[in-house]
Amino acid sequence: MGSYAAPRYEYVIPPELRGSPGARRPVVVVGAGPVGLAAAIDLAIHGIPCLVLDDNDTVSVGSRAICWAKRTLEIFDRLGVGDRMVAKGVTWQRGRVHRGDEEIYSFDLLPEGGHKMPAFINLQQYYVEEYLVERARDFPDLLELRWRNEVTGVSARGDGVVLEVATPDGSYRIEADWVLAADGANSALRRMLGLPFEGQAFEERFLIADVRMRAPFPNERLFWFRPSFHPGQSALLHRQPDDVFRIDFQLGPEADPVLERQPQRVIPRVRAVVGESTPFELEWCSVYAFRCARLERFVHGRVVFVGDSAHVVSPFGARGGNGGIQDVDNLCWKLARVVQGRAPESLVATYDGERRHGADENILNSSRTTSFMTPKTKVEHLFRDAVLDLAPRAAFARALVNAGRLSRPCTLAGHVLQTPDAAPWDGPAPGTVCPDAPILDEAGRPGWLLNRLGGDFALLVFAEDAAELAAMAARASCLGPPLVAIAPRSLQAPEGIVVLADPDGLARVRYAAEPGTTYLIRPDQHVAARFKSFDPGGIALALERAGGGVRPVRAAA
Amino acid sequence: MAGGLDLAEGFAGRGDDVYEALIRGHEGLTDEESAAMNARLVLILANQVRDPEAVIAAIRLARETARAG
Ligand SMILES: Cc1cc2nc3c(=O)[nH]c(=O)nc-3n(C[C@H](O)[C@H](O)[C@H](O)COP(=O)(O)OP(=O)(O)OC[C@H]3O[C@@H](n4cnc5c(N)ncnc54)[C@H](O)[C@@H]3O)c2cc1C
Repeated sequence: MGSYAAPRYEYVIPPELRGSPGARRPVVVVGAGPVGLAAAIDLAIHGIPCLVLDDNDTVSVGSRAICWAKRTLEIFDRLGVGDRMVAKGVTWQRGRVHRGDEEIYSFDLLPEGGHKMPAFINLQQYYVEEYLVERARDFPDLLELRWRNEVTGVSARGDGVVLEVATPDGSYRIEADWVLAADGANSALRRMLGLPFEGQAFEERFLIADVRMRAPFPNERLFWFRPSFHPGQSALLHRQPDDVFRIDFQLGPEADPVLERQPQRVIPRVRAVVGESTPFELEWCSVYAFRCARLERFVHGRVVFVGDSAHVVSPFGARGGNGGIQDVDNLCWKLARVVQGRAPESLVATYDGERRHGADENILNSSRTTSFMTPKTKVEHLFRDAVLDLAPRAAFARALVNAGRLSRPCTLAGHVLQTPDAAPWDGPAPGTVCPDAPILDEAGRPGWLLNRLGGDFALLVFAEDAAELAAMAARASCLGPPLVAIAPRSLQAPEGIVVLADPDGLARVRYAAEPGTTYLIRPDQHVAARFKSFDPGGIALALERAGGGVRPVRAAA
Repeated sequence: MAGGLDLAEGFAGRGDDVYEALIRGHEGLTDEESAAMNARLVLILANQVRDPEAVIAAIRLARETARAG
């Protein structure tokens, strides 16, 4: 591989194989892919000790995830690695869709300003993993990474799990209260527990080439149906850091995967896209077939499946890795509370319901895109071509052109933790991810609202005058969660309350807020409940519900 | 508008649902059966439009974009 030198992480003989008995662990994470690493960091931030076992000793190499969505970046930011990813990544927000060589439409994934994170960045999965590994090292007392430690056995034992682990120096056993199965699409844990992984396999084959070159393609997602450079099929091009480009070529179901990845076959295809005068080098080429599948349930006793082990999608729409990071965001605060004895185990069960819903939405969208790109029957072809042929002239047809419905967070509305609105109103309804907005902090420095929410429950309140805010603060003090107030800068802040200014008025608009409007925010930055005016009784009930049905313990004053 | 035709997106954001329903509706049919189903669907929708001028304009646009070349 040309542009990237993969780190090697040192294998160390585990203490269990040096004679010291291993203690039972609250949480063991199996798999140090993006999902397992993010989970371990999130748990460490919550103060939960965590052991990560990975069968390998490096990052993921080859052509894997590149597109990381805004919501994922917000989660990475909460985990302390968002800025680094954005700094290295290629930021983009526009996609262009072509029919033949002509553009039929383009879309903008983030048409408004005032958000910290961009719509998308492209960043090779190996960088994402490398940065997560480095971040994990910030928690030496809580987070232990063990490389070349392969899990080869799993069994339930009472209220815990026993894992069998193989290393170059032999095998050992380890007990855990909870195990996160983050061991990827071919999950060994899934297989060992005998869990069926059902879904839809697509016959179509795709060539995925990562190519290094200096080329003037824009920082945009470029998609073609039947371009002249790749007749009859579709193609997709993305710019990545280090002058690397990802080009996906649809090959048809008949293509020979071994033959098609030979450089002598790949080079002319790439040459057709980039032209005669642009020199390039192949970094990686692989031929893939994709499937969409998920486990029937994600929580099996004390083993919780996250990421690709729980669900896989075809990559058009970038919903695989992004969906997995959202699993982590949803699960870790719940698991932390259960481990700390602050919530009943049933809180973890809500991860199952909420994220199965997310996985279903991701599977639905990515399978629809794959079907649109690869019509199978004559009539599917007819409709697909009709849509493409009408698209230049009819806006309704452009809406049907499906070249990828890119990853967006799902809504958790209707799931048990959320308290529905008494009557519908604008702004983020319960179950929605909190919108970001620019703020000025206590010292008048510019910052971002999302950086002030998350990690724990919070009450986001909007106030116009000091007396009103002081009254809310007094009544909120017995509820538990800290108050984060959006209020005019001139306002004298009551003691112990974070008061943020809304310099452009965007927070007020995005939250459809009036003075007194209160949002109860979950630790994963989703709205749990909201109130048009400050209502301590309603908030207390909503908080109990969002925390898994336990009455929050009033902190001793 | 193009000759009495409203070509703006009219699926209330659920275009992908409609498209999938259309494709699913044809599942398991032979080509002849599919063609027959399409003809019926066109007639049903042409009636549903309640606007003969729009239907005639739609036929014109469909024919124009369907000719090879
Ligand atoms: C061509 C392609 C393009 C993609 N593009 C995108 C994209 O643009 N955006 C996006 O979001 N997603 C994309 N994806 C999907 C993305 O790569 C996956 O969703 C993501 O890697 C899932 O992360 P994970 O941590 O769940 O699993 P993995 O990344 O597979 O990590 C699993 C880890 O577990 C380890 N492991 C496995 N078995 C064991 C065992 N028995 N014991 C110990 N360790 C074990 C493995 O070594 C590995 O480190 C793409 C995928 C492909 C193939």
